[in-house]
Amino acid sequence: MNWLNSILVLLVAFIAVFFEATSNTPRHLLGAQIDLLPALMVYASLSSGLFTITALAIFGGLCFDSLSANPLGITILPLFVIGYLIYLRRGLILREQLFAQLVLGLVASAVVPGLILLLLSITRQMPALGFEFVWQWLVMAVGGAVLTPVCFRLFDGLNHALAYRPAVETSFRLDRQIKRGRK
Amino acid sequence: MLKRPHYIALGLVGLLTLVLLNLPHHAASQIKLAIGSLFIPGFGVSKSAKQLLGSAGDTLVSRSELLRQNEQYRQLNQELQIRAMQADALQRENDQFRQLLGTEKQFPWRLKLASVIARDPANWWHFVQIDAGSRDGIRPDMPVMTSAGLVGRVSAVGLTSSQVVLIGSQECKVAALVDNKTGDNGVITPTSNPVDKLDNTLVTMSFLSSNSSLKPGQRVITWGEGNIFPKGILIGEIVEDPHQAELGYSEARVKLAANLGALEEVWVVMR
Repeated sequence: MNWLNSILVLLVAFIAVFFEATSNTPRHLLGAQIDLLPALMVYASLSSGLFTITALAIFGGLCFDSLSANPLGITILPLFVIGYLIYLRRGLILREQLFAQLVLGLVASAVVPGLILLLLSITRQMPALGFEFVWQWLVMAVGGAVLTPVCFRLFDGLNHALAYRPAVETSFRLDRQIKRGRK
Repeated sequence: MLKRPHYIALGLVGLLTLVLLNLPHHAASQIKLAIGSLFIPGFGVSKSAKQLLGSAGDTLVSRSELLRQNEQYRQLNQELQIRAMQADALQRENDQFRQLLGTEKQFPWRLKLASVIARDPANWWHFVQIDAGSRDGIRPDMPVMTSAGLVGRVSAVGLTSSQVVLIGSQECKVAALVDNKTGDNGVITPTSNPVDKLDNTLVTMSFLSSNSSLKPGQRVITWGEGNIFPKGILIGEIVEDPHQAELGYSEARVKLAANLGALEEVWVVMR
């Protein structure tokens, strides 16, 4: 397991929730806030192990709910479900392909809010929603899709800069040197 | 066939979700506040950065412009001082009349300034966080307003921050009074028209009497019923003639006076 990658994922999740709460720019420009956690979950499920997926779902979900009026813990399950399903099929997904990243980001960012609302309706704490939510959902899905490849580039860069890379051993050995010519 | 770590992960997430969703409200609020407090240093840094940017912008304003603004504010200050004097005299007169009539004395609002530090990250809730908590004397259900009008009420209180539910959401219904001769009253609720939900400045005034005489442009203020919002805080103004609703009541659309989309500083009415 790559601990550095797991820590980086959790750190970025914390910062993402912080910016979602404090940055008003997407709300002013697009009329909705973009959720970064589903995009991050797509990255984690394609690049990390089950531990990171579970930790991200729990930590990210708790951080999100602590700053929201959501009941505590309601975001954990939707995040985990999407991450786990992608994790089970990761062998069939071309993670390096931009198109695959976009589609997975779109699906995850659309499904996670849907599942949260489903859980809210099950727990009878459903908020009043109107036509504006269709637009907000669209913004969340497309925004998440666009941010998923950004997540991949960001983490590839961070891992490249911070992770330990084993030195490449040369095949040259003094005792196997071929000497030509006559003695 | 799933492997053992899969069962552990699935069980952990399922169990944790069940436990957290079934926690008593008070315990869940305490855990939320504890986790939310992790963000407090970040909120402080964010606020300082905004102030720094603001002061950097101030250095670009020319001296003549600052002098002009200073003069403008000096005049405004003098005018407001005179109005405050007049209001004090009216207050005294009002108190005397109330004493003669034997009605309850009215006290001026005590206000506490707070900054909006965060908005609800979920799009479906209309809540904000302010940087004043129980140590500043904030308590649940205190009204929150700007100089433009009513914003909402405090819904949860932490030590250093509080959560405010905004007017126009399901969780913040306000008894309201129309500033007209007949004194029509009703309740401010989220807008019932799905198309109006696209505009977050519109709310509905429901439970109006069917023979109410509302006209567009009339001011809507808090009624004072319910002991949460004191009487007289401006909510907004009527934007259309009332129309018939269910159970024989009528309802009308109200445009909120406060701009809820651009809240930076708010006043909490202390009681």
